[in-house]
Amino acid sequence: MTIPITMPALSPTMEEGKLSKWFVKPGDKVKPGDVIAEIETDKASMEVEAVDEGVVARLLVEAGAEGVKVNAVIAELDGEGGADATAPPRGKAEATPQKSTPKAPSASPSREPASSPSVAAAAPRPVPQQAGRRPRSSPLARRIAAQKGVDLSALSGSGPGGRIIRRDVERASPATRAQPSGGVASLIEPAVLDDRVYDPASYDLVPLDNVRKVTARRLTQSFMQVPHFPLTIDLEIDRLLAARKAMNDAATDGSKVSVNDMLIKAAALALMACPDANASFTDKGIARHKAAHVSVAVAIEGGLITPVIRDAHSKGLSQIAAEMKDLAARARDRKLKPQEYMGGTFSISNLGMFGIRAFASILNPPEGMILSVGEGSPRAVVRNGEVKVATVMTVTLTCDHRVVDGATGARWLQEFRRFVETPETMLL
Amino acid sequence: MAEKTFDLIIIGSGPGGYVAAIRAAQLGMKVAIVEREALGGVCLNWGCIPTKALLRSSEVFHLIRHAKDYGLSVDNPKALLDKIVARSRAVAKQLSTGVAFLMKKNKIDVIEGVASLEKGVPAPKVVVKGGKGEGVYQAKHVLLATGARARTAPAAGLEPDGKLVWTYREAMVPDALPKRIVIVGSGAIGIEFASFYQTLGAAVTVVETLDRVLPVEDEDISAFMHKSLTKQGMTLLTGAKVTSLKTRGQTATVEVEAGGETSKLEADRVILAMGIVGNVEGLGLEALGVKIEKTHVVVDGYGRTGVTGLYAIGDITGPPWLAHKASHEGVVCVEAIAGVKGVHAFDPWNVPGCTYSWPQVASVGLTEAAAKAKGRKLKVGRFPFIGNGKAIALGEPEGMVKTIFDAETGELLGAHMVGAEVTELIQGYAIARQGELTEAELMATVFPHPTLSEMMHESVLAAYGRALHM
Repeated sequence: MTIPITMPALSPTMEEGKLSKWFVKPGDKVKPGDVIAEIETDKASMEVEAVDEGVVARLLVEAGAEGVKVNAVIAELDGEGGADATAPPRGKAEATPQKSTPKAPSASPSREPASSPSVAAAAPRPVPQQAGRRPRSSPLARRIAAQKGVDLSALSGSGPGGRIIRRDVERASPATRAQPSGGVASLIEPAVLDDRVYDPASYDLVPLDNVRKVTARRLTQSFMQVPHFPLTIDLEIDRLLAARKAMNDAATDGSKVSVNDMLIKAAALALMACPDANASFTDKGIARHKAAHVSVAVAIEGGLITPVIRDAHSKGLSQIAAEMKDLAARARDRKLKPQEYMGGTFSISNLGMFGIRAFASILNPPEGMILSVGEGSPRAVVRNGEVKVATVMTVTLTCDHRVVDGATGARWLQEFRRFVETPETMLL
Repeated sequence: MAEKTFDLIIIGSGPGGYVAAIRAAQLGMKVAIVEREALGGVCLNWGCIPTKALLRSSEVFHLIRHAKDYGLSVDNPKALLDKIVARSRAVAKQLSTGVAFLMKKNKIDVIEGVASLEKGVPAPKVVVKGGKGEGVYQAKHVLLATGARARTAPAAGLEPDGKLVWTYREAMVPDALPKRIVIVGSGAIGIEFASFYQTLGAAVTVVETLDRVLPVEDEDISAFMHKSLTKQGMTLLTGAKVTSLKTRGQTATVEVEAGGETSKLEADRVILAMGIVGNVEGLGLEALGVKIEKTHVVVDGYGRTGVTGLYAIGDITGPPWLAHKASHEGVVCVEAIAGVKGVHAFDPWNVPGCTYSWPQVASVGLTEAAAKAKGRKLKVGRFPFIGNGKAIALGEPEGMVKTIFDAETGELLGAHMVGAEVTELIQGYAIARQGELTEAELMATVFPHPTLSEMMHESVLAAYGRALHM
């Protein structure tokens, strides 16, 4: 039984690569897991493992050959039944004339299906997937995964008994998922550490969970696709702190309002006062939101999630405080329902507690603005020509320029300043 | 009795309803099934099964008349229509009795009568009238499986009168063999009756509005059938519309318009086979707010109607109108209700379709045109019956197996067959699709020799330029 070995894809977008090195020669016995070759693209190189047991019958592509198409047959194994005695001579005899350039018949994509009918039977897998046994999967799922560069061991199957089926691979495939947004994914090079530079033994590889994958994809898209700019102002918050203290001292049930809760409320009121700024860009038009749903960035283990305080403009501070406490707790336990972290119209991210003075967040699409809140600290301010000490907090508003122009963002910040610096106005 | 409560009440005991009932009982539910006529529904009593009995008679008759070809001599064979019909009815009766046994074995309550629904919690109440089971029943879940019936078009006179103008129902129990029959519609039902009556000796004309017979099948299959049926002596009018149907005495006159020209056909009987409409009336669905489109209840892949506790499966939910589709939907729906893990939504593309005419037609998945329309790059294989030893030995050298693969992934997108026994073969390709096999596994499979199934192998090989016997 002859088993073809095909050129693997190192990434979903890889179409061809260089076969830099063979580690086997015709006549060598290989077993699953043995490294048989090294392949390279301009960005990465990887070792190719044998999947099946057998004797190398022939190498169809010469070491150093460039432009080898993905899925082209690069070598043939004589499977378990193959006799050691006959395989090597045949291999040797034919390997030489086949001195393979990329134009060798077996490497030509147009003829590939006819000459290699069972490509899937021996799809080699890149070394980083070496963990344990192969997961159960359908032949079609295996083939599509190999073509798209999806790591089957990272998927969970929805077929009978957890078998990975086509749907699971298609859902997991970054290429498939990114397509509707117009091919931006193809601009992003596959993120791979070059083994020649970073010895795989020198770091631990933490598998990507779903939160991390979604966060990575969304932020990359946002940062690359949305024309964004920051606006920074300093706010004096002594009156806000005093108001907070008075409220908390007066609370009989022990409930506490945080500075952040007050900023949520102030931001929501500013959004209502400045409706141009409470908007999302869509292809059909600018969606101007009628309510202020404030997303609040919460750090969770291994990622970030943004639970939403819905209708924050119409809620009292104690209610916002209570909801925030509940949402943040459940966010950390990863118990939020999708409707609890989706549908915001504006975001707040606060790193003040870490002593960060100022920073500019990445927009959380389709929201048009995100506010980055720094630490409130005593600083020198000049008032009527005299230097005074005040508690000052620096905030930076990142705006989606497609919906929020500089002046609109500035107007929103003025409104926000009014509510923060004169907190009583929040009661109006 | 009337106050009994159930986990699940199913309305309709066709192959959708009774299979769903058995699966639900297996999952530990207390189940009742409401039926207004005979257990087994149209399929067992007036559809799939009795027509297969009729077609078997016509097939045997066909073979006897060709006895000489096989080196046999039979003098003066006759088709005894009353005996043929009696056999068909006996087969239907036997199976309906079988369903009654299965209900009993699975402790499923059978409620006789006509059901309708009223608002209720947690699911609509089931009101049964006009039978031994009269009463009001409450269940946690209610499943509609009321099926469908023949489409009519009264405006053009296309309405059964039970005498000269028939639907499948009368066509199944003829008292005498009509000399001239016009069949309106060339879907599976129309073609099966056309084949039956043609074989028994009637002059059959089929009128089809679309440009080809069996229009849901692959174009190659339609073309093959057109040739084959015409060769048998059938008249096929495609791209033709019946504009009026009038009956007078013992003759029906059918006015047909094709290509701007009108012609008149005279017939002793007309069979209406223009498709079906869902049985959605009289159930109180409007009052419950059930969404109905073109006589079919709108559901998701798990049979959910959007009304809490109310589900629907089978013909009432739309095409493909096939018994096995109904059964499968019933199982999916019930398993989803029971919270069985890993239940996949119903996928219409994995439902095989069969037409039991002579020759037979069977298919699964996309037609070549549909696959192309999806923008797939294709590899198409065809293998003729004439290249298969078993087909020649059987004296059935006419037919074809066509397979369509995605050139990039090797996915089997569709399989289409015409010829002897192909309805028994198509399951192989259905398994291949469900198991997500690629051309590689199909090529590596050993098919037994000599069988018709070898053509399935050859067709796959042909798609990749590797057919052996061609």
